[in-house]
Amino acid sequence: MSLELVELSVRRGGVALFAPLSLQVACGAVATVMGPSGVGKSTLLDAIGGHLAHGFSCTGRVLVQGRDMTTLPAEARRIGVMFQDALLFPHLSLGDNLAFGLPAAVRGRAMRRAAVEAALAQAGLQDMYMRDPATLSGGQRARAALMRALLAEPLALLLDEPFSKLDAGLRGEMRRFLFGHLRARGIATLMVTHDPEDAAEAGGAVVVL
Amino acid sequence: MSKLRGAVLAVVLLGLIAPIVVGLAETARAAFGVLPALGLRAWSLEPWRMLLAQPGFASSVRLTLVTGLGSTLIALALAMGFCASVPGRMRWLAPFLATPHAAMAVGLAFVLAPSGWIARVLAPVMGWASPPDLATVHDGWGLALMLGLVVKELPFLLLVMASGLAQLPVAHHIAAGRAMGYGPGLAWIKLILPQLWPLIRLPVWVVLAYGLSVVDMAIILGPSNPPTLAVAVLRWFNAADVAMILPASAGGLLQAGLVVGCIAALWGAEVVLRGIGRWWLRRGGRGVSWAPGLQVARVGVWGLMGLALAALLSLLVWSLTWRWSYPMIWPERWSGELWMSAMWSKALMNTLILAGMTVMLSLLLAVFWLEAEEDLTRAAWAEALIYLPLLMPQIGFLYGLNVVFLRAGISGGYIAVVWAQALFVFPYVMIALSEPWRALDARLLQVAAALGAGRWRRLFTLRLPMLLGPIMTAGAIGVAVSVAQYLPTLFLGAGRIATLTTEAVTLSSGSDRRVTAVYASLQAALPFAAYALAALIPAWWHRNRRDLRGGGV
Repeated sequence: MSLELVELSVRRGGVALFAPLSLQVACGAVATVMGPSGVGKSTLLDAIGGHLAHGFSCTGRVLVQGRDMTTLPAEARRIGVMFQDALLFPHLSLGDNLAFGLPAAVRGRAMRRAAVEAALAQAGLQDMYMRDPATLSGGQRARAALMRALLAEPLALLLDEPFSKLDAGLRGEMRRFLFGHLRARGIATLMVTHDPEDAAEAGGAVVVL
Repeated sequence: MSKLRGAVLAVVLLGLIAPIVVGLAETARAAFGVLPALGLRAWSLEPWRMLLAQPGFASSVRLTLVTGLGSTLIALALAMGFCASVPGRMRWLAPFLATPHAAMAVGLAFVLAPSGWIARVLAPVMGWASPPDLATVHDGWGLALMLGLVVKELPFLLLVMASGLAQLPVAHHIAAGRAMGYGPGLAWIKLILPQLWPLIRLPVWVVLAYGLSVVDMAIILGPSNPPTLAVAVLRWFNAADVAMILPASAGGLLQAGLVVGCIAALWGAEVVLRGIGRWWLRRGGRGVSWAPGLQVARVGVWGLMGLALAALLSLLVWSLTWRWSYPMIWPERWSGELWMSAMWSKALMNTLILAGMTVMLSLLLAVFWLEAEEDLTRAAWAEALIYLPLLMPQIGFLYGLNVVFLRAGISGGYIAVVWAQALFVFPYVMIALSEPWRALDARLLQVAAALGAGRWRRLFTLRLPMLLGPIMTAGAIGVAVSVAQYLPTLFLGAGRIATLTTEAVTLSSGSDRRVTAVYASLQAALPFAAYALAALIPAWWHRNRRDLRGGGV
């Protein structure tokens, strides 16, 4: 099992936000979490990724490929995260945004540049290394954000309503692009969404909070 | 990682709060007769008897209360009237805000004096062949000082109000009020003011505390015999007779008491007005039109800002004057000789060194403070402590602090002055930086963490570059505050470190306006330059980054 939650629950001021959740997501599968607004779906993702704000506490365990990540800081968990906004770093060029995610183990300026250029090409963004991210279209930005997340070689990925800001036409295209890459790389993914079509396309387990 | 939080808190407490407490305690000891340096070790009320016996003491206290409270209330009323009728962020006020008090005071004196610009313009009409015999500056009522304080505090209050109003749904509430038959002015007072006040309460207190205890502006514009209490206390501290330290310390403590008392009175007035306001609101009266009042406020603000502009211009003109006899409106002969002589270079260098070191230190501390905030929930009490130096009169604790620094052997050096200035620079840097810092989208940093970036990489490669604009702006505000400091430089520098400000204040009582004008112009120019750099550098740095142009993220 690639991503496994064991009796995971989040408390704020001693009050549990949702019943303890256990879930297993296989490599390359995309599980979906649905539920009404304010039920704590985003907080669940924060707990898994290690991003809980102060005032929240979490019990239970998060395992990635069998390793217990529960006590590790976010940067050591190798769990990627994507939001409805692409959140490209506004002060870096498009290419440098991707290079930010590339592991330091990829050495040498030429090697790193080539890795980034290859990722850009996969996202249909070839020759755009020096572009200001603010000048990209919504779809380009979303693809760039995915490439940045994938370059970091995450073992699992969290998606927080990843398609909700895209228009209907783009949404289907982006779903195929995103899920295709995740399946091809065998990344266990947990997605929060309001859209049943997202869940259907993801094809994995659906949990309702 | 709450270790960082603890370390930052310790530095702030020891570095910023302890000096005030220790300085105040040292002053208080002397105020009650304990001054080991003079061999006095027994508690007594003698200093207070000496204080009461000082000639003009009662007048000094009265002048302090009248000028401090009067200028604050006038500036507050004008600012409210202006904000109620003129919307906007008022960024055009920044230059007036940036000008140090002393430079503005010198410029105002040049404009207002019997031989000043206004008198020169009026001379042909009034038939004045020589300067009229009117005390328009240093007047016994403190009117010139009040005017100076109002001119200087008005931009600050306007900017604070404008940023407070930007957080409120002003247009909707006014529209709702007008739909119910309230005139726009009345709707503003009944609906907007009660929401605005909590957002501006603390800045108003800061203005009040400043107005009550200002020294440099009071020396340049205020009455000289007797002067306001803060100036009188400074004179006693500097008197040839060292025994005068006793009444001076008592006066310093009294000054602190006056500030606390006035703030308490303002708070009390707020409570009473809240009660009356509720009764007034419930009566539902649509009342008379407030339009004439708003008109007065608008004209008043424009007039005062025009005066401020004339004051700044007069600094430049006088600094370039060779000969300018009364009643000519412009100089007869111009000269750049005083600028060429470079007599000002030492003071400029000292000012730059102090500003650079103080601002760097304050920025560093502010960045670590805000970064440490991630670890724990925000501590409201710790944030309130940051305001303490802005509410506490400088004359009340700087003398005592210098005594402690003397014992530690660091008085009279750069370290002591930087430390003392940082007490006042850090709060403003913190206030300027905290809002944009907290406004930065936290998800950007979550994404970075998920990509494997640790805390320091997130800080140095993401947060700081993205906040380059706000950091530079906070730095520029810090430069303006540092350049304007008078008492900390004077006391902790033991008179040995001459800055543009100390020189300008000293020279203002002399006869050569041209020399004073050079120092005051430079003093006013430094904050301008800092603001200009703070606007240009991030704009250039992020020239190809659309989302970061315009300062905000």
